[in-house]
Amino acid sequence: MKTWLIMFLFVIFISTVVYVFSRALGYGLSFVGIALILSGIMSIGSYYYSDKLVLAMSGAKKIEKKDNPELFNTVENLCIGAGLPKPNIYIINDLSPNAFATGRNPNHAVVCVTTGLLQTLNKSELEGVIAHELSHVKNYDTRLMGIVSILVGFVAIISNIFFHSLWFGGGRDSDRESSNSQSIFLIVGVVFAVLSPIAATLIQLAVSRKREFLADASGALLTRYPQGLASALEKISKYPKPLKTANNATAHLFIVNPFKGKDTKQWFSSLFDTHPPVEERIKILRSM
Amino acid sequence: MALTIIIIASILLFLLFIYNSLITAKIRVSEAFSQIDVQLKRRTDLIPNLVETVKGYATHEKELFEKVTKERTALISAKGTGEKAAANNQLSQTLKSIFAVAENYPDLKASQNFLELAEELSDTENKIAYARQFYNSSVLDFNTKIKTFPNALFAGILNFKEAEFFETSAEEKQPVKVKF
Repeated sequence: MKTWLIMFLFVIFISTVVYVFSRALGYGLSFVGIALILSGIMSIGSYYYSDKLVLAMSGAKKIEKKDNPELFNTVENLCIGAGLPKPNIYIINDLSPNAFATGRNPNHAVVCVTTGLLQTLNKSELEGVIAHELSHVKNYDTRLMGIVSILVGFVAIISNIFFHSLWFGGGRDSDRESSNSQSIFLIVGVVFAVLSPIAATLIQLAVSRKREFLADASGALLTRYPQGLASALEKISKYPKPLKTANNATAHLFIVNPFKGKDTKQWFSSLFDTHPPVEERIKILRSM
Repeated sequence: MALTIIIIASILLFLLFIYNSLITAKIRVSEAFSQIDVQLKRRTDLIPNLVETVKGYATHEKELFEKVTKERTALISAKGTGEKAAANNQLSQTLKSIFAVAENYPDLKASQNFLELAEELSDTENKIAYARQFYNSSVLDFNTKIKTFPNALFAGILNFKEAEFFETSAEEKQPVKVKF
C-alpha cells in the first residue's frame, strides 16, 4: 500500500516539474502531451514484450514437465496454492544461483531459474524462491514497474526538451508575466531539469525495493514457511560470482541483485539499489 | 430535488460497488472449490490402478482393498464442502494404511509401476493440499468481506451467505495404526 503513496507523490512531483517548466518557458502544456506519448511508446513496447525480451537477452531455454519434473511440479503446485495459471518455465544455464519472473499479467507470465539455483537449493528453499517470483506476477509488479518507467522516461524527456528550448532561444515572452517572475521560474526550471531525472530514478528504485519486500511477504504467505526463502537468500548471497547474462536493464527482475561485490553499507549508495539489502530481507523473514 | 437524486444515485453506486466486490469474492470461492474437485478426481482416478498393482503382490489384504474402494466411491458421490472434506480425509487415512502395508512386500516396493503410482499419488496429495489452502484463503476473504462494515449492512439484503472451510479432521493428525 505504501507503493501507492510513493506513486501519488511521484505524480505530484512530476506535476510540479511540468508546471515550473511551462511557466519558465511561457509555453503551453502541449509539449507535455508529446513527451508523455513518446515515453509511453518507448515503455509500452518493452512492457508488452518484457517476457520475450528478457528471455532472449538471457539465453534461457524453455522446459517441459519431462525435462525437470521436480521444478515443474513445484511451480505447478504453488500456482494452485496462489490461484494463478501456470506460467512458462525457463532455465538459464549458469552456475550463479538466481531466478526471475516477468510478464504483464498472470496469463502471460514467465518464471526462470538458473541451473546454479537448482543445484544449490533444497526443496523448501526452492519453493520459497518460486513463491517469491510468483508473487511478483500475482502483484502485477511488472505492470507497475512499467508504468513507473514510463513516468521516469517522461521526466527525462521533458527535462531534455526544456534544455533544448533554452539553448535555441525558445520561450515566448508572455504578456501577462513580468520578466522577473519568468526568470525565477527559469532558474528553478534549470535546477529541476538537472535534478529531476535523477530524482525520478531514485523514486523508481524505491518502488522497486518496496515491491521486493512485498514479494518476500506474499511468497512467505503462500508457502506458510518463511524460513525456506530466508535460507535460500542466505545461500544465494554467499555465491561469489555474478550472473553472466544479466545486464543493467534486467537486473531489477532477479531475486537477488545479480551484480554482487557491492558490499557498501553507505546510505547514499544504497539508494541506488534495486533490491533491499539481503541481510534485512533475511531478518524480516526469520522474524515472521 | 437535485440533491435527493444525487444522494440516491450515490447510494445505488455504492451498493453496486459492494455487490461487485462480494460477487467477485464469491465466484473466486467456487472456482477454488472446483480446483479442489479437479485434484480429488485425479486421486480417485489413480486409486483403481493402485489397488490392482498392490493386489498382485499382497494377496491377503482383501479387507483393506474393499475399504479403499468403498471410500473411493463415497468420495465420488459426496456433495458439498463438508461431505467432501470428510470423505477425503477418510480416504487419506486408508491410503496411508495401504502404503504402510506395502512396506512388507519388497517385490511390490521394487515394482516400477508401484513406484510411479506412489509418486503420482504423493504429488496429488500435495496438489490437494495447495488447492485446499487456496480455497480456504478465498473463503476467508469472502467471509471477512461479508462480515465487515459497510458490506455487512447489505450482505443480508443481497443474499450472500458465509462459505464453509475445507477442514482437516482431527483423525488425520493421528498416527496410522496398521492391522493385520
